[in-house]
Formats: sequence, C-alpha cells, structure tokens
Amino acid sequence: MNEQPLHHLDTLRARQPRFRGLESGHRACQGCGEALAARLTTEAAGPDVVVANATGCLEVFTTPWPQSAWRLPWIHSVFGNTAAVAAGMEAALKQQGRATQVLAFAGDGGTFDIGFQALSGMMERGHDVLFVCFDNEAYMNTGVQRSGSTPHAAMTTTSPPGELRMGKRHMKKDILSIIAAHHIPYAATASVAYPSDLRKKVRRAMDTEGASFLQIHSPCPLGWGHEGAKTIEVARLAVQTGLFPVIEMERGELIGTLPIREPRPVSDYLKLQNRFRHLFASEYRARKELEHLQAIANRNIERFELRGIGSEAYDTEGADTVHRGGDRWA
Amino acid sequence: MALALEGSQALARTVALCRPQVVAAYPITPQTHIVEGIAKLVADGQLACEMVSVESEHSAASVALGAAAAGSRAYTASASQGILLMAEVLFDISGLRIPLVMTCANRALSGPLNIWNDQQDSMSMRDSGWIQLYCATNQEAVDTTVQAFRIAERCELPVMVCVDGFTLTHTLEPLELPSAEQVDAFLPAYTFRHGLDPSDPRSLGTLVGPEHFSEVRHAHHQAMMSAQTAIEQADADWADVVGRHCGGLVESRGDPEARLGILTLGSVLGTLEDAMDSDPELPRARFIKLRSFRPFPADALRKACEGLDHLIVLERALSPGAGGIVGPEVQTAVIEMAEPPRVHNYAAGLGGRDLSLDLYSRIVQAAVGAERPREFAIIDADPELLPESDR
Repeated sequence: MNEQPLHHLDTLRARQPRFRGLESGHRACQGCGEALAARLTTEAAGPDVVVANATGCLEVFTTPWPQSAWRLPWIHSVFGNTAAVAAGMEAALKQQGRATQVLAFAGDGGTFDIGFQALSGMMERGHDVLFVCFDNEAYMNTGVQRSGSTPHAAMTTTSPPGELRMGKRHMKKDILSIIAAHHIPYAATASVAYPSDLRKKVRRAMDTEGASFLQIHSPCPLGWGHEGAKTIEVARLAVQTGLFPVIEMERGELIGTLPIREPRPVSDYLKLQNRFRHLFASEYRARKELEHLQAIANRNIERFELRGIGSEAYDTEGADTVHRGGDRWA
Repeated sequence: MALALEGSQALARTVALCRPQVVAAYPITPQTHIVEGIAKLVADGQLACEMVSVESEHSAASVALGAAAAGSRAYTASASQGILLMAEVLFDISGLRIPLVMTCANRALSGPLNIWNDQQDSMSMRDSGWIQLYCATNQEAVDTTVQAFRIAERCELPVMVCVDGFTLTHTLEPLELPSAEQVDAFLPAYTFRHGLDPSDPRSLGTLVGPEHFSEVRHAHHQAMMSAQTAIEQADADWADVVGRHCGGLVESRGDPEARLGILTLGSVLGTLEDAMDSDPELPRARFIKLRSFRPFPADALRKACEGLDHLIVLERALSPGAGGIVGPEVQTAVIEMAEPPRVHNYAAGLGGRDLSLDLYSRIVQAAVGAERPREFAIIDADPELLPESDR
C-alpha cells in the first residue's frame, strides 16, 4: 500500500534514463517538430550547458512568464543576435576557466535571414559554440511567412499561389554550403525522423572544439498543413525523397551521409502537406513545378551521392528502426 | 604623476584597470583608438581578457550582453551609427537588467554623413533605460569609467559613459591615471546574481505578457531613479581614493552669485568657462554641468538652479520638429520651483561645428534682455549658407 504508484511523476522521472533539458508542459502545438528537436538536442547535450535562444516559437512556447520549461540556464535576447550572445557567453566561460558548453538555438529565420550575419561572424571567429537551427522552413511564430529557407513553390502567407504565382518563387537557401565555406570543424544536417542520428550528431558537435552547426529539419503541422500525428512520417519522407539531405561535414568537406535505400517520388512528400496543395491542380504550371521539385531532389541525391547500395543498417529505412530482438541500429 | 595621454589611450588604460573579462567592439570613428588601445594591451599580455572583434555593433552589444549574463565583467564602445545599430540590443540589455559599461564617443548621425562631434547619438538612446553620464574633460572620462562599473554592478543597470568625439577622444593632455591597487579596491571581483549557471538554471529574457509587463517597466524605472544615490556615492567614494570629484549628478560652477545660468552636457563647458574668464566685461554666469542625463536628477537640478533668473540650456543635439531634447526636460523640472528661472534653449556645435569663445556672448545676448523666452534655435547656424526658404 505504501508503494508509490507507477504513474507518479517523480517516480517516472527517476526512472527516465536521460536528462531532460526541456520539460513537458510547454505550449507547443501538437506534433511540433521543433519542440521534439529541442528536446532531443538538449537530452543529448546534457546538463552542463548554457543556451542562447533566438526569438521565435521555441522561445515563446517554452517561457510564458512566470513559467519556464527549461531545466537549463537559458537566455533570449532578440531575434537576430543569438550567435553573438552565444559567442559572448563562450568568451566569458573561457575567461572564467569553466568547461560549461554553449548552445545557440534559432529557427530558420534566426539562422538563414536575420541572424545570419551574427552567425557568420561567430563561426569566422571560431567560438566553441554549437549553433542549432530548427528548420521549419518559414516564419511560423508570426503566422507562416516565407523565409530564406522556405522551399521553392511552397505556399506561405507571403508567398501565396494565385493567378500569377505558384507559391514561393525563389529557391531554398543552401545554408549548409554557406556554413561549409566557413570551414568550421563540424557541420551537419539531421531530422526529427531520425533521433538516434540526431543525438549522435549533437554529441559529436559537443565534442568538437570550435564552432559547429546543426540544421534539424523540423516539420510544423500548422505551417505545413499536415496532421500533428504525421510529423515523423512527413519528416522521414523529406529525407527519403532527397529533398532534405542528411549529411555531415568536417572543415567544409563531406564526410558522411544518410543513404537513401529507395528514393521516393517527391509527390509522396508534397501531397501530405497543404502548403504544396496547389501543385496538384490539373494545370500545366503545377506539373512543371512538381517536375522542378523532383529535379531538385534528384540533384541532391546526385550531388551528395545519397543513393544507398542495398539494405544497410544505417540508411533511410534502417536507421532508428527497432529490429526483432530489440537491437537498435545506429 | 600626470601622464601626457590622448583621451582614447587614457580610456583604454582605464578600462584595462577595471579588469573586464570580455571586451567586444566594432570599429567606428571616433571610438577606434579606444578599442585599438585595449586590443594592444590584450595582445601584450597586460590585460587578461577575451577581446572579441565582432562583425557589427549589433553583435558587439550582443557579445557584451552574453558575457555579462554568463557572469563576466563586460565592456564595449561605440559611436554614432554604431549606437543606432546597437539600439535594439541596448534596450534589451537594460530591460534584462544586465550590468555592463559602454563608452559612447559622441558623434553626429547620418544623413548626411558626418563623422564629427555632437551628441545626437547618445541622445537618441535617451529612453533606452541606460544610465547616461556625460564627461566634461578627459580626466572626468577616466574617473567616470571606473565609477561606471561600480554603478552598473551595484544597480544592475548598464551605464553609457558619454565622451565627446575628437574634442576629448583625440586630444592629448596631462592626465592622472589611477593605480591598479586603487581600482582593484574600488572594484572588487563581481558576481552577477542573476547570471547563467547550470547549477542554478534560470531563464532570462522570457516572454512577459500584459499581466506582468507594467511591473517590469515600473521596477526598471524605480531602479533608474534609485541609481541617483549610487551615482553620487560612487563619485564621493572615488574622490576619497583619488581626490578628484566628477560632479555627482549635477555640478554648479562659475559665479555662484550670478542670476544667469548656463546648463551644458559634456566638453563645451570648458570653452564657456574660458570665455567668461577671458573677458571681465561679460555678464557673469553660473555653469550647471548636467553629468547624469539618465537618471534625470530633477531635485538636484532644481537645487542647482536656485536664485537664477535665466537659464540657458545649451545642447549638442535636437529633436527636429520640436526643438531641444534636454531643454524641455529642464523646463519641466524647474517649473516646480517657487521662483523658476526663464529657460532658453539652444543647440550649437552640431556635426563638429567649431565652438569658439564668442559662443558665450552669442547665447547670453540671445537670451538675456529678451522679453519672452526666445524659441529654440540652432544658435550657430549661418543664414548665409541657407536658401531663402529655409532661413
């Protein structure tokens, strides 16, 4: 009778093997890819870190005063200065002789666009900071406006399809190539659909001295127009189609990829999301845009040699799959 | 022992004596010599400090913010456009109540481009929630910089030390620098109570809604008002160490019996003092040196204005479409006096326009004897250079 019930929260927490940097109970939407990515990142990073967080959904849904979902020392300053705030924290900790590591969190707006200059400066100066971009491909916090990361042809509130337009006219900025040009020790992409891979990359980045960069593809059910329950499926298809290559770079050189076992057609990924709905209308320009997006995926597969060589443990089908007997790959 | 030092070099050495652990800066005229001096001291191993040479002023302020939030003493310096580019971060630093110190080497703002001295840059940050202290001399700049760290850390507020560009920063003169022992005793190692620490994780800069935001602003305002005591105390305590005052919040100088007052901020004071001293025929004036512009020391100012019939507020900035910036604030403060002086508000010396000794007689003639307070004017604007329609 005196035994703690199994569902007692503290008991469950005590049993939980991993450190939780981001607690449950925050205000993210159902199926939020960014919340999942932030939880996975902070679990892997562990408790001896400080976090600088850009303005955006992650900041807003985790810290409605007087509540905070963070179990880490965390600071939000403004939208565009996250990498610089992180650089300042790193400089301070270094001067104080402390081993605490520094993380910077930003969305794609805070990385590709308004935060880009500060990020470039931080990397050029080689601060020992892991900058994590939670890439959900638009300004979601302000209500889904296009960003430099929004994919070509996607619908947002500022790139609406219409008589003269088929969604975003421009290409998704190739941020990783720009990062690579800084020749930082470690840069990688990851996806919430492949959590083991994501954790491994966080740990790798944390073990790397100097600036490192991780771009995590994080679906936004509200902004992309898919069901909250489909976040992982959608994220997985982005990788399986080749539209979001999962790769690793050292000093700007490609050192690893997550191979695609059997590339899926981009339409499998696009048709699950309302932001691409206009591409499935029966008209010429819709077909041309679909072809265009397929060409982008094909080009990614070719460029990064993403095509797998059969059934590999670590590929788009094998990674993060629990196999019979409980063995876990990767 | 007095050393012949350029203002900027003296400031670089003084900042080093304050032992900042992180300095972040982006070069801009006329601030450059200060950060060059600090960089050299770091390079020569004379200052143990992370010198972060950033890619913009926005990042300079942000690096300083991050460093201070992580518990280090932090410093930055800028001017003019740099101050404007920092603006977003400056409001954030003060709103988060992060203590750090910045030198503003006062310079005009674009456009059109002008690299010379006025105070439009720091005045544009009037409402940023930073303490602003204006320096009349390089010696004051040295002493105020040391005091600024004490004030910032005691009040948990950022302090901007305003030093006229070129007029002070690039002028070489004999200066007394404090010893390391004096500064160390005055500025012991500091721990920020609200710093970022994994052993006591807290969230800084959270989303604060309407149900708490007014209280945040109230607390900030109260802290700024209370900082008046800390500013006076720091000046008095530092005077005990080095034997020099900087004038607390407001300082009265010149002729204490005079019925005419002239209020200034920054280095123009010396020119006006020299002008009055050089000609016994000129009307005598009491000089009111407004050292602390934020917090605005209304009580101390009223006390300094007692017995005045006229008060000329001479400033190095303006609010186009309204007039002066400091003038209306002074007017609002003195109007509560039993016998308030008549306030006359002029701007002069904009964009480095030379302020010569005849400035004194020009402003006195414009103000005294007028039936009513004359409207705000840029007193040294030359109508000959203006088209008819703009005169």
